[in-house]
Amino acid sequence: MRRVVLIAVPYLWLLALFLVPFVIVLKISLSDIALARPPYLPQLDLSAGWQGVREFLSGLDLENFVFLTTDDLYWKAYLSSLRIALVSTLLTLLVGYPIAYGMARAAREWRPTLLMLVILPFWTSFLIRVYAWMGILSTEGVLNNVLLFLGVIDEPLQIMNTNTAVYIGIVYTYLPFMILPIYAALEKMDDSLLEAAEDLGCSRLQAFWLVTWPLSRNGIVAGCFLVFIPTIGEFVIPSLLGGSDTLMIGKVLWEEFFSNRDWPVASAVAVVLLAILIVPIILFQRNEQKAREAEG
Amino acid sequence: MRRFSWFNATSLTLGFAFLYLPMILLVVYSFNESRLVTVWAGFSTKWYGELLRDQEFLDAAWVTVKVAVFSSTIATVLGTMAAYVMVRAGRFWGRTLFSGMIYAPLVMPEVITGLSLLLLFIGLGIDRGVFTIVLAHTTFSMCYVSVVVSSRLANFDRSLEEAALDLGCSHFAAFRLVTLPIIAPAVISGWLLAFTLSLDDLVIASFTTGPSATTLPIRIFSAIRLGVSPQINALSTLLIAVVTLGVITASIMSKRAAVAQARDEQAAIRAE
Repeated sequence: MRRVVLIAVPYLWLLALFLVPFVIVLKISLSDIALARPPYLPQLDLSAGWQGVREFLSGLDLENFVFLTTDDLYWKAYLSSLRIALVSTLLTLLVGYPIAYGMARAAREWRPTLLMLVILPFWTSFLIRVYAWMGILSTEGVLNNVLLFLGVIDEPLQIMNTNTAVYIGIVYTYLPFMILPIYAALEKMDDSLLEAAEDLGCSRLQAFWLVTWPLSRNGIVAGCFLVFIPTIGEFVIPSLLGGSDTLMIGKVLWEEFFSNRDWPVASAVAVVLLAILIVPIILFQRNEQKAREAEG
Repeated sequence: MRRFSWFNATSLTLGFAFLYLPMILLVVYSFNESRLVTVWAGFSTKWYGELLRDQEFLDAAWVTVKVAVFSSTIATVLGTMAAYVMVRAGRFWGRTLFSGMIYAPLVMPEVITGLSLLLLFIGLGIDRGVFTIVLAHTTFSMCYVSVVVSSRLANFDRSLEEAALDLGCSHFAAFRLVTLPIIAPAVISGWLLAFTLSLDDLVIASFTTGPSATTLPIRIFSAIRLGVSPQINALSTLLIAVVTLGVITASIMSKRAAVAQARDEQAAIRAE
């Protein structure tokens, strides 16, 4: 009896507040926009009995999904989100790997402190970390002032409100997610393997490429997914640092809902976004499972 | 032997400069006299004074703290239960669905979670405000809590619990006297994680709130859309200070607890 209660409470909570809401999104994505409250049709009328259910079902269609394919805004936004996510994942790897490598090579007594220094920004408000870059990148910002003072440039660079600013923002805020799994993989590595490689005639660079890189592969893959997956649906960074030409699907969904108040199309955008995310999420789960099996 | 070269020293220095300089600049400019945030005009704490007199910010801060305390506490209870179910309950009907629902919110884009919960609340005709934000925050943060707690639960020696049951404890007493003290550090860090996630959330709160409740992130977001302001710098500095103190205190406490536990275990082994 007690076991049933223990299982039922979190189970029912998640069913009611996680699964049911999705079913609603799916249903509304198949409905049509209407000037009503709530602003979509058809409404399920249970008082009409079986007839009501039939009428409701016949009112559902794929019109919104067809609309998504005909208006270029949407597929351009999906493609551009994927491209921005991919490029910023690679940039984060490029910035994060040397840091994780340096941490794993630091003296043992230093490592907990370095680890904490990487985790600390993660606890600090995401919004504030993005905001910090607004003061740096704007035309009268710190970066432009420093570069002008040094005489590197003659007039301020326009970085704010461009895709460059979006890349900087993503790399900055997601860097801990890249560093931590790579560090975890590198930290476990046995150094005698490197010595063996060098004894056998490898140069340092070859030893890195043939030994260290493959052994940190699981960490790299995990880190890349941890950056790539949430970046696709990112809203805060493109809306604060990006410009009007920065197209990302999270921003489109937000505007569709809050500005255009088109709930059925917003729901259809959400359903397609989820469908896009399922593939990387499954690949990520599989990688984690393989890593666990390799350890166990 | 670990080789620590110039290359590593440089990458660490540059890396940590990249991570910390933006925040340091933010803190420095919060003490700037000038309203123009990029021109230094002397040291001043006047923005802090203005912040503390701004009723809108104070109200938003109060709403945020209320939401964070309620949602993280409920999420810790539910998340710990969920972790217990995942690690200990064995097989039951719909287990795969259950674990799927625990992991899915961790990778779900916030815009989708927010949209779906809003549509649920509207469908049910619930008035949106503090209550609905608490429900929304509890739902996603309980999943984080359960991941943190279940990794601790999976790692501890089950025979301790069985010994307590053999010695006549009820299941609940065994949980309270044996299991809970052992997993307590994980439960506390789960609570802290849930609390900060709630403090931090902009997107889900924007979807699930109504006109009656504005949280701090929503207030900050609408202010910074218009550009950088010294008042927001001051507010950010205060938030950064609170988080830094919290994280350092928590890590010192957990280190002490780990040392004490290791000592107790040693003593127990010697007593045998």
